[in-house]
Amino acid sequence: MSARAAGGAAFAEALRDAGVAGLITLGLAAPMLGLVTVTKPEGLKLDPHWPRVAVAVAIVFVGRLILNLTIWKPGRPPKTLVKPKLEARLSKLAKLLAPAAILFAIALPFLPGVERYAVDLGILVLTYVMLGWGLNIVVGLAGLLDLGYVAFYAVGAYSYALLAQHFGLGFWACLPLAGILAAFWGVLLGFPVLRLRGDYLAIVTLAFGEIIRLVLLNWYWVTGGPNGITGIPRPSFFGLEFKAGPDGFAATFGLPFSGLHRIIFLYYLILALALITNYVVIRLRRLPIGRAWEALREDEIACRSLGINTVNTKLTAFALGAMFAGFAGSFFATRQGFISPESFVFMESALILAIVVLGGMGSQFGVAVAALVMIGGFELFREFKDYRLIVFGAVMVLIMVWRPRGLVSTRSPTVFLKEKKAISGSLVQEGQG
Amino acid sequence: MSRGHPDAPTLPDDVLLRVERLTMRFGGLVAVNAVSFDVRRGEITALIGPNGAGKTTVFNCITGFYKPTVGRLTLNRGDQSFLLERLRDHEISRRAGIARTFQNIRLFGGMTVLENLLVAQHAPLMKASGMTVLGVLRFPGFAKAERAAIEKAKGWLERIGLIDRADDPAADLPYGDQRRLEIARAMCTDPVVLCLDEPAAGLNPSESADLNALLRSIRAEDGVAVLLIEHDMSVVMEISDHVVVLDYGRLICDGTPALVREDPKVIAAYLGVDDEEVEQVEREIEERAS
Repeated sequence: MSARAAGGAAFAEALRDAGVAGLITLGLAAPMLGLVTVTKPEGLKLDPHWPRVAVAVAIVFVGRLILNLTIWKPGRPPKTLVKPKLEARLSKLAKLLAPAAILFAIALPFLPGVERYAVDLGILVLTYVMLGWGLNIVVGLAGLLDLGYVAFYAVGAYSYALLAQHFGLGFWACLPLAGILAAFWGVLLGFPVLRLRGDYLAIVTLAFGEIIRLVLLNWYWVTGGPNGITGIPRPSFFGLEFKAGPDGFAATFGLPFSGLHRIIFLYYLILALALITNYVVIRLRRLPIGRAWEALREDEIACRSLGINTVNTKLTAFALGAMFAGFAGSFFATRQGFISPESFVFMESALILAIVVLGGMGSQFGVAVAALVMIGGFELFREFKDYRLIVFGAVMVLIMVWRPRGLVSTRSPTVFLKEKKAISGSLVQEGQG
Repeated sequence: MSRGHPDAPTLPDDVLLRVERLTMRFGGLVAVNAVSFDVRRGEITALIGPNGAGKTTVFNCITGFYKPTVGRLTLNRGDQSFLLERLRDHEISRRAGIARTFQNIRLFGGMTVLENLLVAQHAPLMKASGMTVLGVLRFPGFAKAERAAIEKAKGWLERIGLIDRADDPAADLPYGDQRRLEIARAMCTDPVVLCLDEPAAGLNPSESADLNALLRSIRAEDGVAVLLIEHDMSVVMEISDHVVVLDYGRLICDGTPALVREDPKVIAAYLGVDDEEVEQVEREIEERAS
């Protein structure tokens, strides 16, 4: 009798849960599936498609009910996809994969079957890899949540564009200047936010990103406003320009002229920039400043008691992170030949931050993989057209459910006596700002 | 080299830290009221008192986490003297040489035991890395400095018996080990005064005995003065040379452990007697003693 009562209670619970899921589906599906805009002679009209909504709700309700009754027992423990043992194996695999990935990246333009599209996509992915590695200093190591990172990318791009336009400076002269200027803005942002932590820090950095964009949009006589800046000089191969004439790159090296040369050069340029970023960040992590960043993420008060100047430590994190964004920005400007405030919207900041978070905060390899998945995947899903964003959102939700601390969630120690043991992500603080 | 404050008062040679009329107000609340005491060279000074007496506030003033409302804190390093209330929090550790631990342990849990001890040596390592620039370019000076820092950390790990756990994350250590690691981390900053906030809290008797031995060795071998807040009277009475008692933010007794133990005001404070009844309690104690 009591067993039957318990069974009844379980069924009621399963039914209730399925009902709630069905209602949520109804709320989501009604506007998204149920209403379709169509152009009619009298203007834009809404066409109702209620049967579709009914089918969606029914699928969710019945599916959820069956799952509740069969697979999902009440009180099941939350499952994580990757067990600690597999985790250790994965991080070992990552160690082998990293050099292989670099070799692949170097060989990519000369692999058979690789065309201009693939190289272009490679440039795009590498740009985001570099931005992710730069932001990793601020968010992953120092634990300062920065939602306005794209502002420094913009500073770098506009620095190069304006310096080239008004002073006739070349790309190689502008690259360090753009980095320095971006770092300067990083310090400038750093000062007012030193006392802020967590959400408050995120809000101020978000506002900073928007301020930079709005200034670029409205400071017409300097930045050209929404028209942007055109005719930004293309990079030269150490003085040799990529053009068809006799003193161009192709003629000098006795090659037939091809537009692909410049693309391949740009590809190697961003690859080199990204690898330099990677080297510097890995090196910084093993220096006292890097350890101070991580210590700051773990416990700021303890840092102060140990004589670490937290103000300088935070400012260096902001400045160095911004500097790499500045480098990437000037690369972006020279690649596009045209920049406008359109390219530096909040969505970009969110995308870079998503790459860092998905990759696993503080992990260089994870960030690279996440950039490849996010940017490359986004391009691959082009065929899905309107469903691309849904697929994308679903993938992100799944990763956050299974791997809440990112793809590579372990922290590898910067120094060891006998044996280097990966530290479980659950022990590592995520940073309150 | 940093020079001290020239206008700091000259202290007798044996006084390392002098607290004078230290007062700390939070709005209308007076947490510490005109407290004065000395911490002498090569001694273990205990700061005791009932809960809420203002011990941790005194600590936070000395270690720079609070700026005192009124008062002068002078540290005498022999060749130079510092006025602590003028130094910023990180300078107190770096320049004046005051290290501290916390009541609720504040280790860098996601970093290894060894890394914790290296973070404590930030200032000398930072200098060796040429403010990072030379370090990124792999100049040899930094590698040498880092090896020396690791040797120093190893020395401390052997002293606290954690050498086998050097590569484990600090958060994985048992509670007693974390306490000792926090003391070792503070000692890695090369302090002249070590401030410990309830180091024996939550330790079992054998861990407590280990702690006493460690503190004695710090006093004897490293010549570092220790200032500690402690509730565990067995620790206080056994190892301290000098005890300072606070109650309701006021200093009520200052002297040797034996003297403090007999002081009726201290007994009254610990037993929780109203001010009017103090005399009565004193009388009772005298009667019982005779």
